[in-house]
Amino acid sequence: MTNDPKGMAPSSKLSSSDLSEIDVMGIDGQASWLDGGFTWLARLFAFCTVAVLGWMTWVIFQQALPAIREYGLEFLWSQDWSIGDLVFGALPYLHGTVVSSTIALLLAIPIGLAVALVTSENFLPAWVRSPLAFIVELIAAIPSVIIGLWGIFVLIPFLLPIQLWLFNTLNWIPLFSTEPFGPGMLVAGVILAIMILPTMAAISRDVLLAIPQELRSASGALGATRWETIFRVMLPAAIPGLLGAATLALGRALGETMAVTMVIGNSPQISPSLLNLAYTIPAVLANEFGEALDDLHIGALMYLALILFALTLAVNVFAVLLVQTVGSASQSATVYRGR
Amino acid sequence: MKVEDLSQPLPPVRQFFSYAMTAIAFLLTGLALLPLFAILIEILRQGLPNLSLETLVSLPAPIGVTDQPNGFANAIVGTLIMVGLASLASIPIGVMTAIYLTEFGKGGAIANSIRFIATVLSGVPSIVVGVFAYGVIVLTTKNFSAIAGSFALAVLMLPVVVLSTEGALNLVSNSQRLASAALGSSRFQTTWRVVLLSALPGITTGILLAVARAAGETAPLIFTALFSQNWFSGLQNPTPSMSVLIYNYANSPYVEQTSLAWTASVVLVLMILLINILSRLVTRNRLDIQ
Repeated sequence: MTNDPKGMAPSSKLSSSDLSEIDVMGIDGQASWLDGGFTWLARLFAFCTVAVLGWMTWVIFQQALPAIREYGLEFLWSQDWSIGDLVFGALPYLHGTVVSSTIALLLAIPIGLAVALVTSENFLPAWVRSPLAFIVELIAAIPSVIIGLWGIFVLIPFLLPIQLWLFNTLNWIPLFSTEPFGPGMLVAGVILAIMILPTMAAISRDVLLAIPQELRSASGALGATRWETIFRVMLPAAIPGLLGAATLALGRALGETMAVTMVIGNSPQISPSLLNLAYTIPAVLANEFGEALDDLHIGALMYLALILFALTLAVNVFAVLLVQTVGSASQSATVYRGR
Repeated sequence: MKVEDLSQPLPPVRQFFSYAMTAIAFLLTGLALLPLFAILIEILRQGLPNLSLETLVSLPAPIGVTDQPNGFANAIVGTLIMVGLASLASIPIGVMTAIYLTEFGKGGAIANSIRFIATVLSGVPSIVVGVFAYGVIVLTTKNFSAIAGSFALAVLMLPVVVLSTEGALNLVSNSQRLASAALGSSRFQTTWRVVLLSALPGITTGILLAVARAAGETAPLIFTALFSQNWFSGLQNPTPSMSVLIYNYANSPYVEQTSLAWTASVVLVLMILLINILSRLVTRNRLDIQ
C-alpha cells in the first residue's frame, strides 16, 4: 500500500465518502433503468431473429414427420406421385430441381463473369461502369411472377424455333431426343439463368475489385496483356470468391419458384431430354399446398419442403463461408442473397 | 536481348487473343442486358394501354361480362395491408437486432453468430417461408388468411432489414459515438439520438428495399393468403394480392384476365423500380458527401 504512489496523494486529502458526494457517473434511477431496458430489448429481439430459423426448422420437420415415418428415405428415390392412392416419391421433383439449376448455372457463370470483368476492368469510363453494373442488378428487383409472365408470352415463343432446330438436327443426342412442347426443362433453365445472373455478376465484381492492385501492376510490368493478366493472375486469385458467387447463385436457383412453375410444364417425369416437360420441388409446393387436405399429402409436401430447405441451407452456408474468405466482398454478398 | 525487342508490337496471336476476348466479354454483357429491357418493354407495351383510373379503383369483373369496369383494386388493398402488417412486425425486430449487432455485441462471438444466422435466413427460399407460415398459422386456424400471408412476408423481410440496417449503422463513424459518450450520454441516448439519427437515411433505404421485395413476393402468399375476387374482408379471411393475381391470371384462357395481369405488372414493376432507383441515388449521394 505504501509503495503505491498514485494512491497516496489524493487519499490523504479526500476520503472516499467525500468522493461519493460528487456524482461523476450522473446515473439517476430512471436513466439507468431505461439504459438497461434498452440493452435487454435489443438482446431479446436479436434472439427472436435467431429463433425464427430454429422455429422454421422445427415446424417443417414436425409436419413432415408423418411422411418421414411412412416412407423413410425411400421417398428420395421413389418415382410415383399419386394423391388419390396416397403414394408419394420425390425423385422426379429432385431431378427437375437439380437439372434446371445446373442449366442455369452453366449459362449464368460465363455471362456473369463477363459482366463482372467489363464492370470492374477499365474498358469503359467509370461513369458508365457503375450504372451498367446497377442495371444488371436491377433484374433481381423484378418480381419472379412477372418474369414468369414474360416467360409464358415472350420467352417460350422465342425459344420454340430454337428448340425445334435442336430437336431436328441433334435428336440423336439424348439431351435433345424429344419433341419440344414450348414449356419445358430448357426454358426453365434459361429463365433461372436470367434470374441468378445479377447474383453471379454482382458478387464476382466485388470479388474482382477486392483483389490487390499490386497483383495486376506486377503482371503488367512483366509484359502480360490485359487478358493474360485476367486469366493467369486475377481469376486464379479470385477463385474462392467466384466459387462462392456461383454457389450463392445455385442456392437461389434451387429455391426459385414462380417463374419456373410458369414455364417448366409441371409434369413429374424423369426424361434425359431437356426439351421435355419437367417439375421442380418449389413448383409442386406452389401448385399443391393450396388444395392439400389429406394429412399424408400435406406430410409428403412438407417432406419435400424439408429436403429443399436442407439443400439450400447447406449450399448457402458453404457459399457464405467461401465468400467471407475474400473479406470485403461479404458485405454485398449478403445483399444479393436469393429470394 | 536487344533494345528493339522491348518496343516490338505484340505478336499477332497475343493481339488477336486480346481483341477476341474483349469482343466476347462485351457481347456477353450485351446479352445480359437484353432480358431486362425485353421484360420492361413487353410489360409497358402490353400493360400500359389498359392502365386507367378505372382499373385501380374497381373489382375484377366476372368472366365474360364486358360492360362492367374491370380492375384489381382489391388486390392493391390486400398487398398494402399485408406488406404493412409485415413491416410493423419485422422493422422493429430487425432494427433492434441490427442495433444489438453494431452497438452492444460488436465483434463478439454471439453477434457474429447472429449475423451468420441472419445471412443464412436471407437465403432460405421464399416458398419454404410460405410452407413455414402454412404450418404455423394455416394448419392451426384451419383457414387461409391475411395474417398467415403477413407472417410469411414478415419472416422474409426480417433478415433483409437486419442486414441493411447493420450496414447503415456501421457507416456511422465511431468518433460520433465517442463524442456523445464524452458529453455524458448513456448507451441508450447515444444510440437513439446520435447513431440512429445519422444512420436514418441508410436505414430508410434498406427498409424501402425490403418493402419493395415483399410487395413482389408470390410464393409465400399463394397458399397462405390465397386469393379472393372480393374486397378485403378481415384479417381472418383469404386476401387477394397483386402478385397472386398476376400468377392466377397469367395462364387464364380469357384475354381480359391476361391483360389485367399485364396491367397489374406495370403498376408493381414501376413501383419497385422507382424505389430501387431512388434508394440507389440516395445512397450514392450520401457516400459522395462523405
